[in-house]
Amino acid sequence: MTAHPPSEAGPSGAPPTGVPPTAHPPTDAPPTGVPPTAHPPTDAPPTDAPPTAHPPTDAPPTDAPPTVGPSVRLTGVSVGYDERPVLEDVNLELAAGALTAIVGPNGGGKSTLLKLIAGLLRPWTGSISVLGGAPGARAHDVAYVPQAEAVDWGFPVSASDVVMMGRYPRLGPLRRPGRSDHEAVAAALEQVGMATLAHRQIGALSGGQRRRVFLARALAAAPDLYLLDEPVTGVDAATQEDLMAVLDAEAKAGKTVIATTHDLASAAQHFRSIVAVNRTVIAQGNADLVLDTDVLLRTYGGHLLFIGERAVLLDDAHHHDQPAPGEVHHHEGDGTPGRS
Amino acid sequence: MNLVLEPLGYEFFVRALAASAIVGLVCAVVGTYMVLRGLAFMGDALSHAAFPGVVIAYMLGAPFYLGATIAAVGTALAIGWVNRRGRLRGDTTIGVLFAGMFAFGVFLFSTIPNYVGDLFGFLFGEVLGISATDLVALAILALVVLTIVAIFWKELLYSTFDALGAGASGLPVAVLEYLFLGLIAMTIVISLHAVGIILVVAMLITPAATAQLLTDRFSKLILVAAAIGVVTPGIGLYISFWTNTASAALIVLVQSAAFIAALVLGPRTGFLRRRRTQTA
Repeated sequence: MTAHPPSEAGPSGAPPTGVPPTAHPPTDAPPTGVPPTAHPPTDAPPTDAPPTAHPPTDAPPTDAPPTVGPSVRLTGVSVGYDERPVLEDVNLELAAGALTAIVGPNGGGKSTLLKLIAGLLRPWTGSISVLGGAPGARAHDVAYVPQAEAVDWGFPVSASDVVMMGRYPRLGPLRRPGRSDHEAVAAALEQVGMATLAHRQIGALSGGQRRRVFLARALAAAPDLYLLDEPVTGVDAATQEDLMAVLDAEAKAGKTVIATTHDLASAAQHFRSIVAVNRTVIAQGNADLVLDTDVLLRTYGGHLLFIGERAVLLDDAHHHDQPAPGEVHHHEGDGTPGRS
Repeated sequence: MNLVLEPLGYEFFVRALAASAIVGLVCAVVGTYMVLRGLAFMGDALSHAAFPGVVIAYMLGAPFYLGATIAAVGTALAIGWVNRRGRLRGDTTIGVLFAGMFAFGVFLFSTIPNYVGDLFGFLFGEVLGISATDLVALAILALVVLTIVAIFWKELLYSTFDALGAGASGLPVAVLEYLFLGLIAMTIVISLHAVGIILVVAMLITPAATAQLLTDRFSKLILVAAAIGVVTPGIGLYISFWTNTASAALIVLVQSAAFIAALVLGPRTGFLRRRRTQTA
């Protein structure tokens, strides 16, 4: 860094495609490519720079490999509202590129965990690292999608207005959205299949279309970390498939995707990793986790229904099925988690 | 034609027209965000809370702008602070603080032995009595408020619509909230002379409420509200001039009439819409 003038080091002739996939951001690039017999650094003309050096601004961020180390890490975190603890001693690590569902009962702390990672809540104890820094330190690289119930759908904005909001934080005050912003908004709406309804007021959209618009807002922000609170709750199967396909592609591109859901079937089907949460992290694993009766029992306690030997139903707020004959209703002594 | 031109021969009337148009504009712009944030009640609260500041400034012979600003901004910050502590619902805090502040103002008011006609002007508005100096001060303060909104309109909009999403993406939501409370307080201070403490809430809320009946896009909403805010005070002043009635009351009544007209005739709520859907 100090040995070479980094801003001049870039060989203008090197095509961007020549950048090896392991390229580091230019400021961090160690001068490994420089032979020890090279000219004294101060005299080195720009053309003598090693061919492996990169022009500082040309390195496409999307081609960069996932950041080394976890994208999100919580260590011994507890938090609550007023005096009431909601999460205690949470330890969690999620790598970049993860497509993670946070599952658990209502009131178990799913949304609270998401807000901690988003930097919307400060932990009482413990430490949180997000994208290599404190929560909120790289907030422009974070997109948060709230629960549908938290949104005022009568608000006087169209679908494209909402998606444009995803561009606001990076724009900053004074700057008006420009052509690249409008293009990003159009592309994001296209990606979620909402291009034709771009100018419709959000209240005039169906539940599934509203979720599509909010995912488009997140996409337009071009984040590294997606935090989604119940993104596919109450939407039709087609919307669920579409939205999850988009999120799956984002995760495969190295973005970290974390979504809460109370729909275990959806979690098992669409997510690659699952975190079971009830007041703390009960278990973490791949999609098979939701088939683990022991984990489910510890996560959901008395709200669990077993049909025969294997099939599992949840007596959650969103399930209204009548118990079929032959069902066994499991109850755990005092371990029944409260709902808020 | 004479009906329109004759009042313009009076300097005080021209000043009143200018002042009320400026006040109407600033109130409508800030009021649009207030309506969207569900802070309509806050306007009423801060205007009443400004009263003790006005009275104290009067007693000390200080400029009323100063007293009103300190009292209104102080109350706004206190409300914000108490709300952030939780425990009480927002409207409860507002109700307690503004009634207390207004009572304090009335108490101070009653301790002044001699005639206090000037102070009545702050209660009910006295736009026809506005001086050239007042007009300049008002215009400067209005420019400050409008400039701040022009700088932060995007951020205010996003944090109003989705405070969680905006906060997670790096907008300083708490700072914006306090900034906006400060803008409300300043707007009220600007408006006190023209429409008075008791009626200023109408100037803030009614144009935006009317515009909401006419459009469902924010960009149009704020323009329609601003147009209503600029035009209606003029109409009210003329009626007030020719009927020799209270100017602030007429300004507010014209705005109320505009609201009712939008309610009845508007494309989204009005009878016309109903008829159209029936024939369709």
